[in-house]
Amino acid sequence: MTEPISYTYAVVRDADGLPDVLAGVQGVARAPVHLVHGRHGGDVAAVVSPVPPEDFHEDALKRHLEDLDWLEAVARAHHSVVEALSAHTTVLPLRLATVYLDDERVAMTLDACQDTFSDRLSRLAAHVEWGVKIYVEPISVTAARADTAPAPGLSPGRAYLRSRRAQRHTQEDAYRAAEQAAANVEAAAGIHAVDRARHRPQQGELSVGSGENVVNDAYLVPAEHADAFFSDVMRAAEGLDSVRVEVTGPWAPYSFASPPDAEPAEGTASP
Amino acid sequence: MTGAARLPVEAEREPLPGRQIALIDLLDRLLSGGVVLTGDITLSIAGIDLVRVSLRALIVSITAQNPSPWAEGTPQPRDGHAE
Repeated sequence: MTEPISYTYAVVRDADGLPDVLAGVQGVARAPVHLVHGRHGGDVAAVVSPVPPEDFHEDALKRHLEDLDWLEAVARAHHSVVEALSAHTTVLPLRLATVYLDDERVAMTLDACQDTFSDRLSRLAAHVEWGVKIYVEPISVTAARADTAPAPGLSPGRAYLRSRRAQRHTQEDAYRAAEQAAANVEAAAGIHAVDRARHRPQQGELSVGSGENVVNDAYLVPAEHADAFFSDVMRAAEGLDSVRVEVTGPWAPYSFASPPDAEPAEGTASP
Repeated sequence: MTGAARLPVEAEREPLPGRQIALIDLLDRLLSGGVVLTGDITLSIAGIDLVRVSLRALIVSITAQNPSPWAEGTPQPRDGHAE
């Protein structure tokens, strides 16, 4: 249980200079990362670093995954390796915590999946991922009431009902605006994007920003369209009150790493 | 915090490095994106990706209005490009 095991970050096409890119890059637990090649040749390589087995065996992982600090450290380390690679080459990111017993096992996987990896890397070459989130801003009670000063002579009960109704209408308007924003954004994004993946709207304590997240999409965009995508999407929702659009990225193509038919759980659709 | 920009305020765009990425955006990608390989450490139980399950439990509060994504119907086998 003391021999380190192999944490695998991503698959890339091997190229001159990659070892230089990786020199100095630290992975999980600050370990240096290295390339692993298949045993039967081929031009894809995995990016790997040693991790302590006691942290990554099944029971340990189960425990750790409920520990947000641990999870965040691993996720950010994983991402920083992917980012370092992305600056130089097309990256096929692997799911968090893909772990093999040793580099030999990684090599066997590369040999077995060589063609799939190679095809996917070709498809993703010169593409970036943009995240697009749409939020409905919360309607404050006071804001809704301020819009509709109660008519004089209204009983307290009726005044209350009227203000509640106004509030509800304001909230409905906000959702309608969000629908409009979503349609506009989708149309603008569709001009540039070649694929879309839908993530679940963000909820819970980790969600950031105000309002309710109603759309959490990722778009795969050719690199030469990246800037136009950003500005067109931002422009698409201009002027819609109580709706906020956030664009994150550009990301390595995490959400498009698996071909659509291999990703049955998360709805992946063309725009 | 992210590449976030508010509307209708003018969009500020910064380069990605040096900016703290929101953990939730990262987890969306690292836990439901990325190539799923069958590693040597068993990360799935009855075909359900364990990483995904744990994390969804963590970041999404499960309620009647927001049922668990993995409880509905039969689990999809997620063998991806598994060996």
